[in-house]
Amino acid sequence: MGQRVGLEVSLACSEAAKLANVDVIAAYPITPQTHIVEHLSELVADGDLDAEFVPVESEHTAMSACVGSSAAGARTFTSTASQGLALMHEILFIASALRLPIVMAVANRSLSGPISIWNDHSDIMAERDIGWIQYFAENGQEVLDLTLAAFKIAEDKRVLLPVAVNLDGFVLTHVIEPIEMPDQSEVDAYLPSFEPQQKLDIAHPISMGMVGMPEVYTEAKKACLDALEKSYSVIREHWDGFAKQFGRQYKPIESYKTEGADVLFVTMGSLGETCMTAVDEMRAQGLKVGQVRIRMWRPFPADDFMAAIKGAKSLVVMDRALQPGAVSGPVATELKSLLYDKGQSIFVSNFVIGLGGRDVTRADFANMAKKTMEAQSAGKEIACEMWGVKE
Amino acid sequence: MIEVRFHGRGGQGAVTSCELMAQAAIAEGKYAQAFPSFGPERRGAPLQAFLRISDEPIRLREKIYEPDIVVVLDTALLSSGNVKDGLKPGGTLVANSSKPVADVRGECGFKGRTAVVDATKIAEEEMGVPITNTTMLGALLKAAAVVELNSLKAPLDARFGKIAAKNLKSLERAFKETQIEE
Amino acid sequence: MADSGMQSWKSLALGCAMTEPGSSKRFNTGDWRSRRRPVTDREACIKCGRCYILCPDMCYSADPKAEGFYNWDSFYCKGCGICIVECPKDAISWQEEKEEDKYGPACGS
Repeated sequence: MGQRVGLEVSLACSEAAKLANVDVIAAYPITPQTHIVEHLSELVADGDLDAEFVPVESEHTAMSACVGSSAAGARTFTSTASQGLALMHEILFIASALRLPIVMAVANRSLSGPISIWNDHSDIMAERDIGWIQYFAENGQEVLDLTLAAFKIAEDKRVLLPVAVNLDGFVLTHVIEPIEMPDQSEVDAYLPSFEPQQKLDIAHPISMGMVGMPEVYTEAKKACLDALEKSYSVIREHWDGFAKQFGRQYKPIESYKTEGADVLFVTMGSLGETCMTAVDEMRAQGLKVGQVRIRMWRPFPADDFMAAIKGAKSLVVMDRALQPGAVSGPVATELKSLLYDKGQSIFVSNFVIGLGGRDVTRADFANMAKKTMEAQSAGKEIACEMWGVKE
Repeated sequence: MIEVRFHGRGGQGAVTSCELMAQAAIAEGKYAQAFPSFGPERRGAPLQAFLRISDEPIRLREKIYEPDIVVVLDTALLSSGNVKDGLKPGGTLVANSSKPVADVRGECGFKGRTAVVDATKIAEEEMGVPITNTTMLGALLKAAAVVELNSLKAPLDARFGKIAAKNLKSLERAFKETQIEE
Repeated sequence: MADSGMQSWKSLALGCAMTEPGSSKRFNTGDWRSRRRPVTDREACIKCGRCYILCPDMCYSADPKAEGFYNWDSFYCKGCGICIVECPKDAISWQEEKEEDKYGPACGS
């Protein structure tokens, strides 16, 4: 059994990469990810981790180096946030198209402008279509666990796709909290060494990153899409395997006090914890509220979500990024499209909240629930509302 | 759950104070969260650091708006006005000052429970530097036994190595010398 | 490059990788050459090697039977004419070529 320690969540993330015995880290520092990569560079320099740390000159190069490293058969890790993730943009699509099992921790931070170093989800929402597996951690333990599991999932020959593990910048990265550190032997039992299905090898030459003529491009994309969709069952399998090995179970959609709830909050990321406390307080006052937390974002677990919200009369959907010019925020748009396909006419309100690091409190949840219930009774819609804007 | 807010200046170790307390609490089997006021930091700039300790898992990611205890590491910050903001009725102000409790209360405009110690003097005498972050933990523990003093020993050793002993001595002296008035 | 002509998505290599090494050897760029080919007059040739160095498709290779001279490859030569322009002695010139004779024996002396 592991050891319970008080550790900064960033360092828990680095320790996960260390426990996974990564071969290559190519990274560029950016607040609030810096502690993750600084700690890894120290571990490598001190000989505590036998890996190559490549200090690159930009995030575009970081991801390019990761693509090269992973293509050569090395277990590869990186981390970034905000503008750094944006700078990687063109390479991210290539990583998934080449079926490279890179693991990346994204310390979610707002995209400029204005320049913001604080937490929201705009960075990862700008990367919805990169074809990566994407999921969200809600606390420090999840950051460590989900980073470890990411290698197992990514490298599974049925998947072979890169994985983005999202953790809220500052709100998680810079907090010290209790973490159960697993033993190396437990991790080795769960995660064997990386055996690539194919790799760049002088002895057996292949080429990656080819031109795809119009006659093949669609089929190439279909192959990747199929892999992403099928990864759902592999993710579940390895999360269940994680529970067997380490005793902590993760699901694509988590439910909290949904039984008998009329109103369900829908959250993603660490906001969900404050929401749980708010739900407790509201339930104590007799309000029939509950919460659904989206952990797996890509591929989107449609069936799990539909099952989780069954019986509810309204959803209060939290978005931590804008989708300017669209009908609603990114998460709400996804959910409403799903609900339409399923013929569900549940009431959905959408609030864009916590942008650029603005704090989200229990009172906010209570007021959002109130506003939703009022709108629903009055037959009004809340297609998308920015919460707390000072007029 | 107890919520503590520390006031200091960048470079004075307010964040370290919270970290040490969190690690002590976690070592005792409790749950804890320690975090700084998030943002770019500069030496000398006033900052806040936050601490939550609970016997139950802490499912809260808000900032601390209504602390149970406020700890002020830098004497000059006492008169800047905002240290007592949000302090719960019945809460405690723990201050580093060479003045008597009554004077500190007057300076802050605070009438509630106040604990005062001259941490700067103790730190200079015991450690040779006016860095009061560990010293003030003695005052905090005197005001409220949120963790056992002994639980701080291992985190202090891990963090300070050779100079841990001096920090502990300074902390223990502050614990003894802290004056509390209801 | 992936095969032109439609192929089931299920039969594509992982990540559309090209798993056959050296497959570009099969790419018959000589097909792009139209109606003429470069021919070297070995009497004029001073064996400077510029044709060999500058050909973008590496169509000139050392003649093992005549040291210093170069043989020309009809399978890859695109007919770009760089060798003709760059030869310092104008020893290379265009010769008309019929389509059916394109891949006859390589040009020597």
